[in-house]
Amino acid sequence: MRFEGSNTYVATPDLMLAVNAAITLQRPLLIKGEPGTGKTMLAEEVANALGAPLLQWHIKSTTKAQQGLYEYDAVSRLRDSQLGGKDGERVRDIANYIVKGVLWQALEADKPTVILIDEIDKADIEFPNDLLRELDRMEFYVYETQQLVKAKHRPIVFITSNNEKELPDAFLRRCFFHYIKFPDSETMQKIVDVHFPGLKKALLKEALEVFFELREVPGLKKKPSTSELLDWLKLLLAEEIPPEALRSKDRKVAVPPLHGALLKNEQDVHLFERLVFMAKHNR
Amino acid sequence: MLIDFFLHLKAAKLPVSTREFLMLLEALRERLAGHSLDDFYFLSRACLVKDESNYDKFDRAFGAYFNGVTEIPGLEAEIPEEWLRQLMKKHLTPEEKAKLEKLGWDKLMEQFKERLKEQKGRHQGGSKWIGTGGSSPFGHGGYHPEGIRIGGDSAGNRTAVKVWENREYRNLDDSVELGTRNIKVALRRLRRFAREGAAEELDLDGTIHDTAQNAGWLDIKMRPERHNKVKVLLFLDIGGSMDDHIKLCEEMFSAAKSEFKHLEYFYFHNCIYDYVWRDNRRRHAERFPLHDVMHKYGDDYKLILVGDATMSPYEVLHPGGSVEYMNEEAGAAWLQRLLDKYPRAVWLNPEPERLWDYRQSIQIINNIFGGRMFPLTLEGLERAMRQLNK
Repeated sequence: MRFEGSNTYVATPDLMLAVNAAITLQRPLLIKGEPGTGKTMLAEEVANALGAPLLQWHIKSTTKAQQGLYEYDAVSRLRDSQLGGKDGERVRDIANYIVKGVLWQALEADKPTVILIDEIDKADIEFPNDLLRELDRMEFYVYETQQLVKAKHRPIVFITSNNEKELPDAFLRRCFFHYIKFPDSETMQKIVDVHFPGLKKALLKEALEVFFELREVPGLKKKPSTSELLDWLKLLLAEEIPPEALRSKDRKVAVPPLHGALLKNEQDVHLFERLVFMAKHNR
Repeated sequence: MLIDFFLHLKAAKLPVSTREFLMLLEALRERLAGHSLDDFYFLSRACLVKDESNYDKFDRAFGAYFNGVTEIPGLEAEIPEEWLRQLMKKHLTPEEKAKLEKLGWDKLMEQFKERLKEQKGRHQGGSKWIGTGGSSPFGHGGYHPEGIRIGGDSAGNRTAVKVWENREYRNLDDSVELGTRNIKVALRRLRRFAREGAAEELDLDGTIHDTAQNAGWLDIKMRPERHNKVKVLLFLDIGGSMDDHIKLCEEMFSAAKSEFKHLEYFYFHNCIYDYVWRDNRRRHAERFPLHDVMHKYGDDYKLILVGDATMSPYEVLHPGGSVEYMNEEAGAAWLQRLLDKYPRAVWLNPEPERLWDYRQSIQIINNIFGGRMFPLTLEGLERAMRQLNK
């Protein structure tokens, strides 16, 4: 199994190498990067390309490691036992009240699966440590039913992080790591081509120039990212804005139309407008 | 050969482990890298480096080991711009400042346009390109007698020695969210959750457990609500020599404000004397005598002072040493009084630790604090939080 990129996702050679290393050596791949550079998309695309089912586990601050394995639904067992009736048999077997988590589903699947553990840094600081053995050996023990769950096929694990918490060393040592850097203009062109195949060359060229210039503006709190560029292009197309409107020849600087799609922060918009104003008057 | 490579990385202070090295060898045996050095670079990086802040260190070590490899792919765009930002504040000597030619206004604008055209990436230091911290007339955070500022804060080359006039200091803005995340993580070490007060919250797990024990008879368990018990008293130095560190302090302050339920803050200037204030714009009208502050907040508060402690030693040691007014008692006496009242106290200093030895006032204050002065870096914050928790 090898991942070679897909026609909806542009992967740089270094990213491809990291993904293939993770697939071949069956170790988790930890992915970091600026928001909007396609960390979550990657798992979906790899799953698609390999034809493997994708199991997603989105982490919140309250998520416990145990929830990825299984949960014992004591409340419904209690309810069943108090109501009695024809469910009487069901109550006797504790296995009826074990709810399988994402990892369990992946381990017992008949073919290799792709697991996405999304935004692992949102969880409690102990969360990665609680999953060490499970991710390493791909097996765990169910205490309620005295049962050992073992992987039929080792799943391919993708983990994304936004750097909100440091991950423990022991956990990091077991992963491959890749930092998705912000695409250069060449890669960006490929990405846009993939998403908008019919886009006029002139519009794309002007738009990319404006976009990268905007990223260069110092002091922006949130730099526009790939996903924002794609949104903006979608808007430009929908509004049928001609390429010339992005940059008028006589004035070097202008506020690009629909810039609200690129700058999401009120202060950033303000700063940007001030800079444009200054540039116009200093000429 | 590769063992040498591994030891070389280790010697370059990269946190690599044997386990990761074995992983790399395994990957090589699977022929993942092919025969190109580029592939080997990417593969070894994915195996051995687990933090993008170490990418640069790895690139340098890799380049040094494979001698002759001058260009490492992706190097120029690898480091996110924030890391470079204000990384290097160049302090020029007076001679250097004099040497900088004063360009005329028209010439300046012309050069600016040209360089905007020429320059492709972000630039730091140096004396030609537009960027931060350099001595080119363009960009910000640098020094040039007659320059254009492009965004950013004003340059930090202070020349005033003493502050006599009434100045309008900037209030520390606590809305800055950028970069505060990791400070929050460090501050979180201080949090101590405790359950106290009346039982008012349903303990679901306890209820289920006890109900099961009770053979199905519902047995409801309650427990007191959990809240953060830590109380923090924060004093921030503001104005004067602290202008250089305002951004750092803003981040620290905005992180602290959302992390603790009991956070009381006050401002002071250079050293603490008999009064402090809450609002910088009304500081001369609205003062809080330090005695009142100490009476109001009990000794279960943890004391954090933030300041560069850079001043003339007189300001600490002698009555009347304050740069702003005639203080009857020396700053050292007030500091000692604070420390006697609050046994758990630290001083956070935004100046780099290696400079501390060269500034007499820093040493004096560090002595008063019994060595409990820590640099305002993530690592220093963590040490400080550990100290406060002792």
